[in-house]
Amino acid sequence: MSIGHETTVWPSLDETLRVLTFQGGFNTSVVLVGVTLLGVAAGLVGTFAVLRRRALMSDTLSHATLPGITLAFIAAVMLGASGRSLPVLLAGAALSGILGVLTVQFISRHTRLPEDAAMGAVLSVFFGLGFVLLSYIQTMATGEQGGIGKFIYGQTATMGVTDATVIGIVALGTTLASLLLFKEFRLVCFDPDYATVLGWRISLIDLAMMALVVAVTVVGLRAVGLILVIALVVIPPAAARFWTERLWVMAVVAAFLGGLSGYLGAAASALFPRFPAGGIIVLVAGFFFLLSLLFAPARGVLAAGFRQLRLRRDIASQHLLRGLFEAGEAGGGEAVPAAALRSRVHGPAARLALTRLTWQGLIARRPDGLRLTPKGREEALRITRNHRLWEQFLMAYADLAPSHVDHSADLVEHVLSSDMVQELERQLRARGRLPRHAGPPPSPHPLASGA
Amino acid sequence: MPITLASFLQIDLPAMLAALLATVSCGLLGNFLVLRRQSLMGDAISHAVLPGIVLAFLFWGSRATWPMFFGAACAGVLAAVIIELVRRLGRLDSGTAMGVVFSVFFAGGVVLMEQAAAHAVDLDADCVLYGQLEDILWLAPTDLASLLEPAVWADMPREVTTLALTLAVVSAVVLLFYKELKLTSFDPELATTLGFPAGLFNVLLMVLVAAVAVAAFEAVGSILVIAMFICPAAAARLFTDRLGRQIWLSLGFAVVAALGGYLLAASAPLWAGVPSALAASGMIAVVAGALLGVAVLFAPRYGALARAMRPSELAEARERAAAEPLATNLSNR
Repeated sequence: MSIGHETTVWPSLDETLRVLTFQGGFNTSVVLVGVTLLGVAAGLVGTFAVLRRRALMSDTLSHATLPGITLAFIAAVMLGASGRSLPVLLAGAALSGILGVLTVQFISRHTRLPEDAAMGAVLSVFFGLGFVLLSYIQTMATGEQGGIGKFIYGQTATMGVTDATVIGIVALGTTLASLLLFKEFRLVCFDPDYATVLGWRISLIDLAMMALVVAVTVVGLRAVGLILVIALVVIPPAAARFWTERLWVMAVVAAFLGGLSGYLGAAASALFPRFPAGGIIVLVAGFFFLLSLLFAPARGVLAAGFRQLRLRRDIASQHLLRGLFEAGEAGGGEAVPAAALRSRVHGPAARLALTRLTWQGLIARRPDGLRLTPKGREEALRITRNHRLWEQFLMAYADLAPSHVDHSADLVEHVLSSDMVQELERQLRARGRLPRHAGPPPSPHPLASGA
Repeated sequence: MPITLASFLQIDLPAMLAALLATVSCGLLGNFLVLRRQSLMGDAISHAVLPGIVLAFLFWGSRATWPMFFGAACAGVLAAVIIELVRRLGRLDSGTAMGVVFSVFFAGGVVLMEQAAAHAVDLDADCVLYGQLEDILWLAPTDLASLLEPAVWADMPREVTTLALTLAVVSAVVLLFYKELKLTSFDPELATTLGFPAGLFNVLLMVLVAAVAVAAFEAVGSILVIAMFICPAAAARLFTDRLGRQIWLSLGFAVVAALGGYLLAASAPLWAGVPSALAASGMIAVVAGALLGVAVLFAPRYGALARAMRPSELAEARERAAAEPLATNLSNR
């Protein structure tokens, strides 16, 4: 990669809009469409590769294409043809990429070496061989060596209409093929054993999947470069994983994020021709990954933290209500000083619970402490009843001692469904262990003092 | 170019020394990486150091060793930490987490490089990927007698001294914690039960890997670093079951690959008919790969050929059963 020494020139807003709306000239528009399609195809194919845990296989594969590209170049020049013919170079890339994958499979199947060692060895040795051949090409008397560098870092700015068309067609074909094989891929990703039982040839389906990854990787080289093309296959699906638990939604989101990354990256590369397109496309995709990791509602980090806090708050609410109810039961008066409840409720979740219960009108704050409102009493009665029912059940059927049952009941009662409560009531009533009145059964253990 | 003693001492000797020190350091640590199934961590870290190098360069404005070493080490350790974070927080498998993190780091490095280029200095991704083995020059010695003068040794290229220092530190740490590294590599659960902090030794290993990757990349490039982390150790693993023997074997393979690869590349004008030498770092990786290939096919017990020739254990048991009379067979039960 040769780098000039001029400073970056910022494009005008007008020019930026023109490129983004496909008005930046025919060539730029075709490249934009081609790279966007590539992103869509890579996201889709990558979804299966990531779920099948083949993420780094595509990295191995892309590094392993270098000797193929260089050999194809040498062969083309020696035969008197142009070393710049994209189909010839891509054919060489595909052949050596496949050879690399087969070598990994051979090593991990026929020796004791683990697959990751096989992948690392193939990746680096193939790339090393490619580099040796590259240094051989530098000594050849032809003026076309510069073209090879574009395969290592990727450059969309110099892509012609033919390049973009080849990329677009292969991307479209790959997309269609992965949609056709959707059902097979899904089963192999989630339940390969079941697929075997159904009589499917898993190795054949895996091979089809790898072939699609090879196709995407090889046409991606020209745009993104062979070191970073793995990012197109891995990052959008990994980001999409945070948004959903359903495969087809994940595939759609991955295809969308991949396409968007390709589109924005190619547009940026058209505006800043000296920046390597691969780097920009990957950074855009990485930005989407970070957003998804943090903010996605289904599996994102913030959403998970929020859900956990809400669960803790609900548990603290129930403890608080029951504590107030039991304090009243023990005859300690209606209002309970907040300090008396501290053993039962503390921490941020408890404060959150207290605020919420007050806001909902279940608890009233008085100068002398906390007390249940009539509405709160009703709710507290229900919760206490459930708790005691569950204690009864554990003592009757799980042989827990009365002194231990409170804690055990605490662990599970918050996740009891109302169906389960009704079933418990039915069983306990049948055994005569349920009081006839609507209140809670008496506590089997002494209540904590003061609460 | 005719080879004279002076040109050998000034051009070939420092390059060979750098290659040798780098491959031996990598090969030593590679033994533990291969055993722990963390071979690709070397790959991920050596790609991820790029933004650290560029940032250090932008910050200090020179290609001095220590700032770049510091930046690269920070980026490498940071990448290892983020990979672990993404894996746990995102509940992704480690391959995916590695792929996401190292490609984003490398992409950041490539784009930052454009900023560095604006500062009119030659720093590019090529030197990270392929290294500049051929550019390591030791101008001080002119003949064999000059090798005896301390002043000549003081002028040793900094790549070589950095690598020598790294190798010394890595060997010392491995010797000091050999038992712990061995135990945590083979059986992390047992190690934890016995009171060895397996997680801590994992971090220690990652820091060593980052240090070696950083020290070696400038001389030999990150691709060769990956090849030397994996190939010698993997080849040695096919020859023996004992860790001590495996380590010595892997060091032997590393030496053969470094010297053989360099000589093959340097002597290319003689055998390939090209006007100048071929890329040495690539050739070293190829020789290491060839050694691994030989081991994979022909290793006496664990090679593919030996496995194919050997009847399966089930068939052996059947043969034994058929040869023995039924009565003894039953009484043996």
